Amino acid sequence: MPEISEIAAPFPGVFYRRANPDSAPLAEPGQVIAVGRVIALIEVMKMFHEVQSAVAGKITEFCAEDGDAVAMGQIIAKIERQS
Amino acid sequence: MITVIQPGLYTTVQDQGRFGFYGVGFPPSGSMDLYSSAVANILVGNPAHAAVLETTFVGPTLEFERNGRIAVTGATADITIDGVSIQPWTSIEIKKGQVLAFGGISAGVRNYLAISGGIGVQPVMGSRSTYVASNLGGVEGRALLPGDRLEVLADSESHTNRNRFETPEYLRVSPLQHHVIRIVPGLCNYLLDSKSQQLLTAETFTVSTEANRTGYRLTGHQLNFIEREQPFGAGSDPSNVVNLGYPVGSLQAPSGTELICLMRDAVTGGGYATLATVISVDLDILAQMKFPETVSFEAISMEAALQLRAQRGKRLQSLVELIDAVT
Repeated sequence: MPEISEIAAPFPGVFYRRANPDSAPLAEPGQVIAVGRVIALIEVMKMFHEVQSAVAGKITEFCAEDGDAVAMGQIIAKIERQS
Repeated sequence: MITVIQPGLYTTVQDQGRFGFYGVGFPPSGSMDLYSSAVANILVGNPAHAAVLETTFVGPTLEFERNGRIAVTGATADITIDGVSIQPWTSIEIKKGQVLAFGGISAGVRNYLAISGGIGVQPVMGSRSTYVASNLGGVEGRALLPGDRLEVLADSESHTNRNRFETPEYLRVSPLQHHVIRIVPGLCNYLLDSKSQQLLTAETFTVSTEANRTGYRLTGHQLNFIEREQPFGAGSDPSNVVNLGYPVGSLQAPSGTELICLMRDAVTGGGYATLATVISVDLDILAQMKFPETVSFEAISMEAALQLRAQRGKRLQSLVELIDAVT
């Protein structure tokens, strides 16, 4: 069975998949990523914070929509781990 | 000296506030949760008004260059020294070369780290508190950055046996996901229609993602203002009045769509109707709340609010006496 890692919001804020409204998403489902890859942004206190993946693997799912308010600890993406 | 290895999300130097300049546009700043900040200081033998570090969601990683005592209060967080977990709300010895690190928080928003002696940044207008909007106080008037070095003032000799004092549970703060926040109504609540006046204390509001040291936006209910001809000098929106001073803790509702509670870096005046003021002791509680936690408001008298503030002082005094009795 592949091991699924969940990425949680480190603090509450507004979830963004794009660095700015006109650019492509930072990452897409199905994409294989390395450790430390920025997959999304969370805006908190008027600052944009990069959300990095702590694991290498394939993004299986984003669990929040662009522009959603997310709670601290809310799962925002799932990664199928690859070693 | 303390070296900042990682600054955390938004960590600032704060004390109990900068007073006497509100009338010329300077809010008090200071610790958002004044009680937790004072407790941290008392635990390490500092005066309650000494400067501490205030964290936001994600705290810093710090290397200590001097032996001393620390205490961490406020939010519920995983805190370690050289990788070993330490107890919050407790005075703890830290040695030269050791690294203090904050992990994730499980409740609340802000931690207060007091260090014996207190943080020794240069006071500005009588306070060491950081006011970022004016780049004033703290470390260059800003949040900490990697590589910053913080001076620590000389420790008082008389408190060297304070280590390991644990604050009793009843004197700690317990951040919850819903709190009743007490308000003193006024000055302009008469501008709300009667249904909205009732709604303010009957309904539940949600802390939004827009919540910082200046203000907290609270959402959930539309408030409606009475129809009137706007007086000369007031803006055209029904929520506008002729400019007035905003108390710290003031609740406003621009266009009635959401509430804004002004916090310790408050805007000091403007043209929105002030509907009520959150009492000072409950600003401490609100300061530990975040999206999507909820509040409801309870109206109390000014006399009751002042009594509650006096009780906060007595709680701090009882902690001082408890520590003096055992050390």
